[in-house]
Amino acid sequence: MKTREMTSMERVLTTLGHREPDRVPLFLLLSLHGAKELNISIREYFSQADHVVEGQFRLREKYQNDCIYAFFHAPIETEAWGGEVIFTDDGPPNSGAPLIKDFSRIRSTRVPSVKDSKGLQRVCEAISKIKAKIGDSAPIIGVAMSPFSLPVMQMGFDKYLDLMYLHPDEFNILMQMNEAFCVEWSNAQLAAGATAICYFDPVSSPTIIPREKYLETGYLVAKRTLSQIQGPTATHFASGRCLEILDDVATTGTAVAGVSALEELSRLKELAKGKITLLGNLNGIDMRNWTPEQAETEVREAIRKAGAGGGFILSDNHGEIPFQVQDETLMAISDAVMKWGKYPLH
Amino acid sequence: MDRKSAREVIFQVSSETDPLKTASELVSRTLERIGTGWETGTLSLSHVYMSGVICEELIDALLPPKSPVRIDQPKMGMAVLEDFHLLGKRIIYAVLRAGGYEIEDLGNGISVNDLVNKVRKEKIKILLVSVLMLPSALRVKELKRLLNGSGVKIIVGGAPFRFDPDLWKEVDADDCGHNPADALRIVKHLISAS
Repeated sequence: MKTREMTSMERVLTTLGHREPDRVPLFLLLSLHGAKELNISIREYFSQADHVVEGQFRLREKYQNDCIYAFFHAPIETEAWGGEVIFTDDGPPNSGAPLIKDFSRIRSTRVPSVKDSKGLQRVCEAISKIKAKIGDSAPIIGVAMSPFSLPVMQMGFDKYLDLMYLHPDEFNILMQMNEAFCVEWSNAQLAAGATAICYFDPVSSPTIIPREKYLETGYLVAKRTLSQIQGPTATHFASGRCLEILDDVATTGTAVAGVSALEELSRLKELAKGKITLLGNLNGIDMRNWTPEQAETEVREAIRKAGAGGGFILSDNHGEIPFQVQDETLMAISDAVMKWGKYPLH
Repeated sequence: MDRKSAREVIFQVSSETDPLKTASELVSRTLERIGTGWETGTLSLSHVYMSGVICEELIDALLPPKSPVRIDQPKMGMAVLEDFHLLGKRIIYAVLRAGGYEIEDLGNGISVNDLVNKVRKEKIKILLVSVLMLPSALRVKELKRLLNGSGVKIIVGGAPFRFDPDLWKEVDADDCGHNPADALRIVKHLISAS
C-alpha cells in the first residue's frame, strides 16, 4: 500500500523531531525572486503586501517549496528605527548610512514601536494573508535580526566591534533596547500567523567573533531573547561558520541552525544529531553558475551527508538566494530533492 | 589582542633596525598569520580587525602620516562600492597603512560613476574595492570597463569573492584578496612591477 504523502508542515515537524519524514524538506529561501515572478521591480514588489503574498504562493507551487518565506528585506527593521532603505534593481535592498554615528547617542535612542512602522506592518499584513490561504499545511517563516547582529546595520560593523570590545556599558544599553524590539517584532509576526521565526545572528558566528566572546555576549542575548519569543525559532548565521558553537547554540532554545557552505556538513550533522536540526548548506553565490547536473550533484551530496535520521532541511547557506540564480537551477534543485530526498535514503 | 605587549615588541624590534623594515616585515608576517587563521576558521574577523587597528596605531607612531618614508606612489585608493558595510575597507586601510603605505579613502556607498570620477580626479593607479553584496561585486565589471585604458589596476575583496573563487575574473578585476595579508602581498607586487 502506498503511504500518504505528508503535508509540508508534517514533513518539517517530523524532521524537527529528529525522525525521518517521507522526504527531506526543501526550504528555498527566495524573497527577491517573487518580483521576477510578478515581472515587477524589487522596489515595487516590496511596496505592497499582496505582491509578496502572490509571489510566495507562485514560488511555492513552482518549486514544491516546503515553506513560505515571509522575509521582505533586512533594512526594513532599521527603517523602523529611522534608517534609509536603498533599493537596487538586482539585489536585496541595502541599509543607508548608519543611524548611530557615535556611542553617546545610544542612550538617547528610542526603541521604535512595531505598530508605528509601516514597513513592519506590511510584513504582518502579508503574513496574515498567507496564513488565511495556507492554514497549517506549510510553515510560514518570519524573520527577525538578532539584537546582537542588528547593530551592524544601526552603526556599521567597525564601530560595532569597537563598541562590543571597548564600551561595555553602551553595548549593554543597546542590547537591552534591541532585545525589546526583537521580541516585540518577532511576537507581532507570530501573532499575524507566522509559524516560526528565523533569528538571523551572523555576528555570533565564529567567523566574526571567537567563541569566548560569543559566550559572554551573543549567547546570553540569544538566551534572553529567544525565551521571550512566543513560538519556535531557527538561528541562522547567514553563511558564517557555527561548528565550534553548535553545542552552545543548541542550548539557547532554538530548534534549527542555518549552517555554512564553508563547513563540512557531515561533521555538523554528527554534532547536531538529536540536538538541533540543520538548515543548509548550498552555496548561494556559487549556485549562480551551476548547471542542472551540478545542482543535482550538490543536492545529492548534501542529503547524503546530513539527511539520515531526519533533523535536516535542505536550503541555501545564507538565508536568501541571490536574484541572479536562474529558475532552471532552482528547478534542478527541487527536482533533485524529489529524486534523492525520499526516505528511506539510498 | 594585547596592545601593550604588541607595542613593546614592535618598539624593541624597531630600535634594532629601521622603521620601514619593521613595518613591512614584522607587521606583514603577523597579519599574514592572522589572515590565514581567519581563512581556516581558527580566528575570527574581530581578531583580524583589532590586529589591523593595533598595527596601524603602532606603525603610525613609527612612521607618522605623510612621512616621506611612507610609500605613496603609485597612488592608491580604496572604496566600498554601493553599500555601507565598511569593515572590510577599515581593515585593509589599517593593514596597508600599518605596512607603510599611504592610501586615499575614496568613500563608502559610492556608485560606479562617482568612483570613476574620483579615481580620475585623484589620479589613482591602484584601486581597492570592497563589497559585501553580490550585485555590488558584479558592478565591478562596469567599473573596469569605464576605467579601461587608464592603467588603473583594480583589486577586489569581500564576501561574494570568498564564496565564488572565480568571481573576480568574471568581473575583470586584476586581482582579488581574501584577507589582509593578500592585500599587502598584491599591493607590494603591483608596486614593484610598476
